Amino acid sequence: MYNLLIGGAAGQGVDTTVTMLEKFLKKSGYFVFTVRDFMSRVREGHNFSVIRFANEKITSHSNVLDGIIALNDETIQLHKGRLKENGFILCDTIIKTDDTRAIRLNMNDMAKEIGNPRVSGSISVGVVLKLFGETLEKAEEVMKASVKEQYVKINLEAIEQGYKSVESKYEGLERREGNYENHMLISGNEALALGAIAGGLKFYSAYPMSPSTSILEYLASKSSEAGLVVEQAEDEIAAANMAIGASFAGARAMTGTSGGGFSLKVESIGLAGMAEIPVVYVNVQRPGPATGLPTRTEQSDLKFIISASQGEFPRMVIAVRDQEDAFYQTARALNMAEKYQIPVIILSDQYIADSTSTVKPFDISRITMVKATDESDIEGEYLRYRYTEDGISPRLIPGRTKHLVTADSDEHTERGWITESAETRIKMVDKRMKKLEKLYEELQEPEYIGADECEILLLGWGSTYGPIIEAVDKLNEREGSKYGALIFGDIYPLPRKRLEEMSKRASCIINVEQNATGQLAGLIRESTGISCTDSILKYDGRQITGEEIVEKIMKGGRQ
Amino acid sequence: MTTFNTYETAWCPGCGNFAILNALKTTLEELGKKPNKVLMAAGIGQAAKTPQYISANSFCGLHGRSIPAAVAAKMANKDLTVIVNTGDGDSYGEGGNHFIHNIRRNVDITHFVHDNQIYGLTKGQASPTTAIGHVTPVQTDGSHNEPINPLLLAIASGAGFVARAFSGDREHLVSVMKEAIMYPGYALVDIFQPCVSFNKINTNAYYRERVYRLDENYDSSDKMKAIQKAMEIGDSLPIGVIYKEIKPTFHEKNEVLARGESLIDIETNPEVVNKLIEEFV
Ligand SMILES: Cc1ncc(C[n+]2csc(CCOP(=O)(O)OP(=O)(O)O)c2C)c(N)n1
Ligand code: SF4
Ligand SMILES: [Mg+2]
Repeated sequence: MYNLLIGGAAGQGVDTTVTMLEKFLKKSGYFVFTVRDFMSRVREGHNFSVIRFANEKITSHSNVLDGIIALNDETIQLHKGRLKENGFILCDTIIKTDDTRAIRLNMNDMAKEIGNPRVSGSISVGVVLKLFGETLEKAEEVMKASVKEQYVKINLEAIEQGYKSVESKYEGLERREGNYENHMLISGNEALALGAIAGGLKFYSAYPMSPSTSILEYLASKSSEAGLVVEQAEDEIAAANMAIGASFAGARAMTGTSGGGFSLKVESIGLAGMAEIPVVYVNVQRPGPATGLPTRTEQSDLKFIISASQGEFPRMVIAVRDQEDAFYQTARALNMAEKYQIPVIILSDQYIADSTSTVKPFDISRITMVKATDESDIEGEYLRYRYTEDGISPRLIPGRTKHLVTADSDEHTERGWITESAETRIKMVDKRMKKLEKLYEELQEPEYIGADECEILLLGWGSTYGPIIEAVDKLNEREGSKYGALIFGDIYPLPRKRLEEMSKRASCIINVEQNATGQLAGLIRESTGISCTDSILKYDGRQITGEEIVEKIMKGGRQ
Repeated sequence: MTTFNTYETAWCPGCGNFAILNALKTTLEELGKKPNKVLMAAGIGQAAKTPQYISANSFCGLHGRSIPAAVAAKMANKDLTVIVNTGDGDSYGEGGNHFIHNIRRNVDITHFVHDNQIYGLTKGQASPTTAIGHVTPVQTDGSHNEPINPLLLAIASGAGFVARAFSGDREHLVSVMKEAIMYPGYALVDIFQPCVSFNKINTNAYYRERVYRLDENYDSSDKMKAIQKAMEIGDSLPIGVIYKEIKPTFHEKNEVLARGESLIDIETNPEVVNKLIEEFV
């Protein structure tokens, strides 16, 4: 397994180089996992990405580096402390450094000679490929997929120049069954957006907000091809109410944002709950409160999301755990919303949103579509909010039936008319809440990983999935260690069965969360009475690594 | 033949809303609309109860948020005739941002604002159109704030259909409503509607004394004239279609909708999804 950091100032082209390099590595058969760390500014500042690659599955990023590709001095100063002793620093000759690990090449001059100073990134990609003993066999294919046609030629030339200017340093890792060439390389936001399309999305409305914006951008770029309406709303309140209106009229709808925008959508969730209109809300979390750290990561919106909006009504919250999960769970969320006529909220975060990972090509045959009620199923008078055994009433699409369809944010009768009757009120609250009983049966239990009989149980949710897996694997390598972990995807309502079972056997339960107050631990205590004995909490805006979890556990938990 | 029924209402006797509801019913019938193809949308307020009182599809959402929901419903299904009936507070106060930005979108919906120049449902506080000096339980020494001019604001924001009507002039109201519904794009009709319970200033008599119909020679395509008409406030209040201009609608401007099919009829194509997946390999 190797780990490379590419860093520079905003505007220096870090991301272009990273995107190209990760494609090369994946096409060479490696599993690639890239995290992006950038500042909330368009120029200057320090941006970097860390590409980890291996001939086996990688679930977490790492802070231990094999190489640094530095586009400026600062990158070296900031990161050389975590570079392995036998690692390398690739930089241009204009960068002064006396680090013996440095490979200084006059890449900028080479680029100018080739005819465009911007191809220096491609030169460094060529260098890295050579260092790791790769061939240039896939160069043309990758380049065609990375840059505009008119730039393919000079970039290929740049790669070759870079390739020629160094000797190999590492041996390529053996790639037999670990050949990931034909896997996808996709970010969490792209996977989520694609999952929505696969799940029948027709309408997406949003107001730009990091780190959710690339969902809006991806969907907008595919709207024509996929037959969607994607609309940038005037604010998040409009975005949410538009999604509700579109869904009422029969279009599968989703609206995405980050915490600040979600705060503006709060009232609308209650409307979706009250009027029983299926809508999927996406909240790509970043550190709050208020503007917080716009381009960084945190899991501090859980308690807010599960209780957002006045009143009581059923909702479902799904935390996506990685890029693959983002795809399948978003498609599922749209179907769950439709089936139960409730708002479903997807919680993701910047770590998942902006990281790219190698994943097995998505299989759309795994997605089953739930449809609105068919007119022919209606017997007698049509009542939009009919009391039924499971609380789910027949939902017809207005204009597509001879019946009239109503939606009302006031308390209403079965017909959908405003009422203040005490008796109806009780029946309607009960009807709506009843939907949870059936939903509860369908919840996905948290995924368990680790030793068969675990003594120390870690608990996590969402994006800490990968780092926890890596940590548990490492911890269990030690003689006699019995670590295990439950990582929640479906998180509200909280699935309890597996947790109650596992917690009985564990002598120690540690929640690992990317927040300051242990929100999952709180939710678990409230729903099950189970208390965590220790916790690992991180809230500096940077995702925890598998290594950090191991280290914290070795030191005895609480930080 | 009556196709639209009206139901028992909870409005005060003498309220201008009755006349608007009846005019609306007549309008829809005379236009030959079918109840199951009409979507009545509203926010929250007294005016916003209108959808509950007429037999059509109805969507009563949140206070101030009727327009976003209504335009999106139209985006989903172009065959719905989407009509918003809601209050001045709902439209210009709580929903002010949506009002401006949906003029820019120009989705083919009709927006009837029951402008009683007061918050009726919450019992008489100032609305965005309440006159300066109007005393209310909150504006105890009279409203200080400049009332907004919805017609002028709409024209300035680029609206293609801007009209005013009065609940007390039924025949005229019906004709304006018809024209608004038939207009291809966002159509605003600000309707003076006396609130007998909470607005003792802008009464039926007050409006009757001041409103006058735009005459037949009025050219509603002249924007500068329209702006002048919209600025006529105080003792003489023009009613009629103040400004009209045909502009590209949202559906014409949107690449997917311009193909002519309703969004809800476009099936997800598994081949396209697989192609999009393949793009990441
Ligand atoms: C978010 C929110 N804020 C406030 C209210 C209370 N409220 C309901 S209707 C209304 C104003 C109604 O005025 P208008 O829209 O002019 O309608 P009218 O009753 O005059 O017809 C207010 C303030 C609410 N329902 N929701
Ligand atoms: S309060 Fe005013 S607007 Fe409401 S019903 Fe009574 S008269 Fe009409
Ligand atoms: Mg009012």
